Amino acid sequence: MNPMEKNKWPPGDLVIWIFIMAELLAFGVFFSVYAFTRANHVELFNTYQLTLDRNAALINTLALITSSYFVVRAVSAIRKDNSKRCFHWLLGALFMGVVFLAVKSMEYNHHFSHGVNLNTNTFYMFYLSLTVFHFLHVILGMIILSAVALKARAGGYSAQEHTGVETGASYWHMVDLVWMVLFPLVYVMR
Amino acid sequence: MKYESQKVAKLYFIAAIGLFVGQILFGLIMGAQYVIGDFLFPEIPFNVARMVHTNLLIVWLLFGFMGAAYYLVPEEAETELFAPWLAYLMFWIFLVAGAATILGYLLVPYATLAELTMNDLLPTMGREFLEQPTITKIGIVIVALSFLFNIGMTILKGRKTVVNLVLLMGLTGLAVFFLFAFYNPTNLVMDKYYWWWVVHLWVEGVWELILGAILAFILIKTTGVDREVIEKWLYIIIAMTLITGIIGTGHHYYWIGAPEFWQWFGSIFSAMEPIPFFMMTVYAFNMVNKRRRNHPNKAAVLWALGTAVMAFLGAGVWGFLHTLAPVNYYTHGTQITAAHGHMAFYGAYVMIVLAMISYSMPLMRGREACNSARSQSMEMWSFWLMTISMVFITLFLTGAGILQVYLQRFSDNPMDFMVVQDKIALFYWLREITGFVFLIGLTLYVVSFFVGKNDPEATVELSK
Repeated sequence: MNPMEKNKWPPGDLVIWIFIMAELLAFGVFFSVYAFTRANHVELFNTYQLTLDRNAALINTLALITSSYFVVRAVSAIRKDNSKRCFHWLLGALFMGVVFLAVKSMEYNHHFSHGVNLNTNTFYMFYLSLTVFHFLHVILGMIILSAVALKARAGGYSAQEHTGVETGASYWHMVDLVWMVLFPLVYVMR
Repeated sequence: MKYESQKVAKLYFIAAIGLFVGQILFGLIMGAQYVIGDFLFPEIPFNVARMVHTNLLIVWLLFGFMGAAYYLVPEEAETELFAPWLAYLMFWIFLVAGAATILGYLLVPYATLAELTMNDLLPTMGREFLEQPTITKIGIVIVALSFLFNIGMTILKGRKTVVNLVLLMGLTGLAVFFLFAFYNPTNLVMDKYYWWWVVHLWVEGVWELILGAILAFILIKTTGVDREVIEKWLYIIIAMTLITGIIGTGHHYYWIGAPEFWQWFGSIFSAMEPIPFFMMTVYAFNMVNKRRRNHPNKAAVLWALGTAVMAFLGAGVWGFLHTLAPVNYYTHGTQITAAHGHMAFYGAYVMIVLAMISYSMPLMRGREACNSARSQSMEMWSFWLMTISMVFITLFLTGAGILQVYLQRFSDNPMDFMVVQDKIALFYWLREITGFVFLIGLTLYVVSFFVGKNDPEATVELSK
């Protein structure tokens, strides 16, 4: 039987989906405000966008996509009742999360050492608040994934009951998804 | 009622209701002064009436929260209160200090009160809502600490539930943020900046946790829905509350000299503050619809559902109305703010305390589950009278506010403040009349405690 067939929809706990919707709404509002403000200050935004490190952001994009893939593998492992493998894939996902945080921290370090802060200009205000807000979500997502990983290692999930793994995975994909919008919007689009 | 020491709450609730009546009377006096400027002057000047109206509100809500905690925590923790005597002692200290402070406001000029209480040693007076003499503030801290100690020890020795932990978190936050009342920098911007840490982070932050915990308790008790389900909702709601509420403080920083980015932060995050309130409405109705039993205390369920709806409207919708910086540029400090303040406080905090009183008071007075049908019916009348008149007070103030914004700030030939006040007097009259209806509702509420005392308890009709 196709393992996908026996799973309920939505995956994970319903409450996490309400939370995810609220989070997406929050980011959605932020992104729209960014777009409207940019429309009024195109030149300013274009100028200062060039000071961002697109390569670092690209590495981070790959890191998050990879970690999402690892999380998918973790879910599929637990559906086959393999707790150990599930735990290992989750560790992999967490490692990619650490990579993301490290690269992002280096970027911040660069900007802060040049005296950039929230008051520098509207572009930096948006850049800093959007990315820091997302940064905090990566940390929260990693905390959730760690809790799931620890429970998986202790054998707390099975092929029959693994709502927790799906719940954590759903949240992590949301964190990834937001970055997929943030990256082109703030770093690339001109 | 499962534990004898829960009875402590009764005193707190009685005091809360008494002070509530006082608050409304001073509200009516002040409402009259809006249209008859020298009403009761010089005995009760406008600024004093206002101070008494707002301070009584805060103090009676604190009594209500403490009463709710003293009732709820032992039952959740499944153990007697750690030190009931301490709760009684603190009750009298708080009541005497509160009464003395109000008398001080009424009997001597404010400057004399400051002098009498040696405000110059540690100046904290003279700021809106934090007008209390420093010595009263110190008293509040002592009462709050003893209260937290008592509640905390009870939780420590008993069962730990999510409801208790969220409540404790909220109450601790309440105490911690009050400490900023003692920080009084000379720089006016800094002063206002931290002043909001008390005012905003209370009502748009930690108080919402208290609201959520009490509401969850009442829903668990009256609907019989699984604790796990209710706790999950509670987690999500408080997470959203804190995410939106803390940075949402920025909507107070627009025009006080704080950095400009607060206009963005304040607008974006506070625009999302209605979300947790909306979730609370959805969840309260969901839980009641999924109820496993019909609780005979219909009045308590009505208050619980009422608070969810009115908090969303008052805090959520009316807050959103003027929270965006470009809008607030015009509406700041107008009657729009007053409209929002009235419905938000009533919906979120007055109603939740009344819901808790409604649920617990019959039990503390020896009933099995609820009051008689006659008493409940009168209480529900009071619910509708107070709630509907509050809706109209809010609408009239909103009307006054819109007109005020237009005449005073938006039109091509802006008029003076006092000229505009004259022009919107009709709305103030309507508000005052509605205020009297509110008072009738409140009177019925008080009377409902004495009606049908000897009648049997209400029962649930068999038809659902």
